[in-house]
Amino acid sequence: MRFRAKIVDLACLNHFSRVINTIAKLAKTCTLRLTVSKLYFILSDKVANGGVSMWCELCQGNFFDEFQMEGVAAEHNEIYLELVPDNLSRALRTAQSAKAVKIKLTNKHCPCLRVAVELPSLSSSSRIVTHDIPVGIIPRRLWNDFREPSVPDFDVSIYLPVLKTMKSIVERMKNLSNSIVIEANLSGEMNLKIETDLVSITTHFKDLGNPAWASEDGCQSSAQNRDLESMAEARIDIKKLQQLLAGQQVNPTKALCNIVSKRIVHFILLHEDVSLQYYIPALA
Amino acid sequence: MPLSAQPASSAEPYVLAASLDNARHLSSLLRAVHFQDHATCFATANGLRVTVEDAKCIQANAFIQAEIFQEYTVQEESVTFRINLSVLLDCLTIFGTSSLPGTSTALRMCYRGYGYPLMLLLEEGGVVTVCKINTQEPDELLDFDFCSTKVVNKIILQSEGLREAFAELDMTSEVLQITMSPDKPYFRLSTFGNAGSAHLDYPRDSDLMEAFHCNQTQTNRYKISLLKPSTKALALSCKVSIRTDAQGFLSLQYMIRNEDGQICFVEYYCCPDEDITEAEL
Repeated sequence: MRFRAKIVDLACLNHFSRVINTIAKLAKTCTLRLTVSKLYFILSDKVANGGVSMWCELCQGNFFDEFQMEGVAAEHNEIYLELVPDNLSRALRTAQSAKAVKIKLTNKHCPCLRVAVELPSLSSSSRIVTHDIPVGIIPRRLWNDFREPSVPDFDVSIYLPVLKTMKSIVERMKNLSNSIVIEANLSGEMNLKIETDLVSITTHFKDLGNPAWASEDGCQSSAQNRDLESMAEARIDIKKLQQLLAGQQVNPTKALCNIVSKRIVHFILLHEDVSLQYYIPALA
Repeated sequence: MPLSAQPASSAEPYVLAASLDNARHLSSLLRAVHFQDHATCFATANGLRVTVEDAKCIQANAFIQAEIFQEYTVQEESVTFRINLSVLLDCLTIFGTSSLPGTSTALRMCYRGYGYPLMLLLEEGGVVTVCKINTQEPDELLDFDFCSTKVVNKIILQSEGLREAFAELDMTSEVLQITMSPDKPYFRLSTFGNAGSAHLDYPRDSDLMEAFHCNQTQTNRYKISLLKPSTKALALSCKVSIRTDAQGFLSLQYMIRNEDGQICFVEYYCCPDEDITEAEL
């Protein structure tokens, strides 16, 4: 098992840091899956973290200047690591003005991701900061736990409003309530609602647009025969939603959510070379 | 949409209806009196008064005159209700506290009467938020009976002068002692903390002093913990009028200019600290 990678371009490095910061905000520990062409950050739904799951996918070619990996076996050319994304985020914080960052899987006393940051230096000798981040190697028999969740058979799929506006609204609502109802229809309307003993608040968004899902599979069947006006709704933990909105630094070019009535809300944030999917289950 | 579901304005059943182009004009004033969760709102044809009290010793009033609103109607002589101020502020700033230049949150506020919630309709950039805040039985408010004819001493200062003083107040002191006098030291703020006493004097010919009308030497003490919340109003204000009556009750009137240049007032009343003895003076 071997893995080494290098980022030289500063813009790529900053972009990569932003993605890692986002992951660090959303998950305490996560799984890093490495393949020849892609990196995946995966949080699978455990009851312990409120049933939330995450799937973040990056094309290595858009970030790394060098990327070499060898999996456990030729026919399973992948590596699965368990890591604390905050450690990686902190390691990259020293790299804001770095000339180069090398990431390597090592095994000195325990398996580690070694992040070597080469900082600009005025003298001829270079300055290198090295962080060893402990990781766990996930054995092959457990890989099946980390499959990409399928796009749920949603009732409504809708583009999200400007995330900054949505964040500010959800932050205020979070002061007042523990749960929030998200509802949307196929006419581009979405409402955010809270209701408590003290206050009820509804924010209405309109003209958001509904993405057209190609009918390559049967997943949009529920949405197809749906009344355009009727709302699909789910009540979710407001903290989880707020974490997503406050934590994301991906600045997505496209953001949308799929609602499965009373079951789950599936958020997709897309930036040219990054896709972040976030699943928040509905509360009973 | 709930907006279109509103009845035509002529048939409105609301005892209080008001609209405001920029909800921040209201939220910033309310924040200046937000030191307790609950506030009593009192609306008359002149405008809206929001009162917050603590410990039966301090009362803060924010006045929003009818002219500040683009539309303002009160169907009864006066309308009173109690409301959770924290919730009201969260609702008013739902689109964020620092709006971008060129955007503002428009507000429409209506109240049907006793037992009904206060309705807020907020709009920014085509996004509409509807809030229904439950109202409560109004509290009996303190009557400080502070009228201008009973004022003994009065000083009007530019707020920056007092802001510095309040920023440096020795918070280990339990009280702030205010001396106002026609003779020296004219206007003195004193604290008595762990590190000793501190006195701050303002000469009567100071540039910061806009008006000085002191008839009698008065020294009173006020609990710093009670006065501390008034710094929120002080921070926003341009001028402050400091007045005392014969019993030593203190009135701090803050003149606040909003982004559109309109003037509003926030007033704090505070009881003197009773424990003062002649010997200590």
